[in-house]
Amino acid sequence: MRLDIILRVTTKLLLPLMLLFAAYVQFHGDFGPGGGFQAGVIAGATFILYGLIYGLGAVMRVLPMALVETLIPLGVLIYAGVGVFAMLAGGNFLDYTRLAHEPAHGQELGVFLVEVGVFVTVSSTMLAIFYALAGRGRR
Amino acid sequence: MVLLALLAVTTVAVVRVRNLFAVAVLTGVYSFLMATVLIVLDAVDVAMTEASVGAGIAMVLMLGALYLTKTDESPPVHTVLLPVFVAGVTGVALIWAMSALPPFGAAATPLQLAGPDYLQRSLAETGIPNVVTSVLASYRGYDTLGETTVIFTAGIAVLLLLKRGPAREGGDDDQQPS
Amino acid sequence: MSGLVGDLVAHFNQWITVFLMVSGLFIVIARGNMIKKLVGLSLFQTSVYLLYIAPGKILGGTAPIISPRFSVYSNPLPHVLILTAIVVGVATLALGLALVVRINEAYGTIEEDEIFEQDSGR
Repeated sequence: MRLDIILRVTTKLLLPLMLLFAAYVQFHGDFGPGGGFQAGVIAGATFILYGLIYGLGAVMRVLPMALVETLIPLGVLIYAGVGVFAMLAGGNFLDYTRLAHEPAHGQELGVFLVEVGVFVTVSSTMLAIFYALAGRGRR
Repeated sequence: MVLLALLAVTTVAVVRVRNLFAVAVLTGVYSFLMATVLIVLDAVDVAMTEASVGAGIAMVLMLGALYLTKTDESPPVHTVLLPVFVAGVTGVALIWAMSALPPFGAAATPLQLAGPDYLQRSLAETGIPNVVTSVLASYRGYDTLGETTVIFTAGIAVLLLLKRGPAREGGDDDQQPS
Repeated sequence: MSGLVGDLVAHFNQWITVFLMVSGLFIVIARGNMIKKLVGLSLFQTSVYLLYIAPGKILGGTAPIISPRFSVYSNPLPHVLILTAIVVGVATLALGLALVVRINEAYGTIEEDEIFEQDSGR
């Protein structure tokens, strides 16, 4: 009987709810409080909690370091890509009105894509910092 | 007002307490209190961000750093007279400067010149009811690109400083501090 | 006397903000432990958030999410600026802590005066 069995069982119950809450905050950022930053931090915290309770090796099997290192610049790329695409479509940099056939639709699409980019960068950066701090142990 | 008084008490505790593990936990408490104060001030987006970032990530980072260094602070070596004097002078100057601000909750101040414009334009031009999100992502989208780049830079820099290569069993850190 | 008390209540949040700012400054100057200095810096930053958001509130208003039931909203512009500031603050804290970890590995301590002794003795 391990001493931390309460922590392990509770974490297993909580983790999918946390990810679901992060997705909810991300996609409902238009209608309530939320958006990319809060959702990214919550998603990063989910994986950090998994790593804290089950060990660094377990979380590194789920999300290897190479994947996290690729995701960090990918969010910035998505964001800047939306801007460049708007420029190629005939408007200014980050001018969302050119992204779709109607200006209001273009704005909604632009905001959605931009928030996804922010989410990816923020969550993978938090996780990468945790990997770096935890991987440099006093061995 | 009770919340603000609790904030002040927590701050005094952070100044005085020397065990750094307790300081990390007290910082988490401080972040939660700050998030509650922000909700009272109607800043719901900011409160959510402050609660998740301050009480979640900041505390985890501090505990991680404490794991790698020591957890007790040494007693102060120099006398505290000069810092108290500097802090006191700064405080008096700040209070004197802030007495010119308008009273709490007023609606017709110069601060409110730019805000209501966004409130009226947001729903018609972008179709997004949350004005903070629409300003953040659409009207001031370039600033948010800069902010994302700042997070990216911080992540890259931490990885540069702290990442080890592929796992070496029992190997020493043989890099010279540059 | 009631004028002074009324004045105190109306400006209470400003005084608390200044108190938080000043104590953050005091920690940065007076304490020698590096991690405590970083904590003081983040304390200072959070007091600045309070400084920005408190004047933006309108008594009787609500959060700036447009809904047909409300007509008076708080000013959304400071919220946007402070959102950016919070995230930048945590990025700075993470970088500062990484630097402290490396300093600890190089010098063996994180107390400022011991580091200065080692530097001047070398």
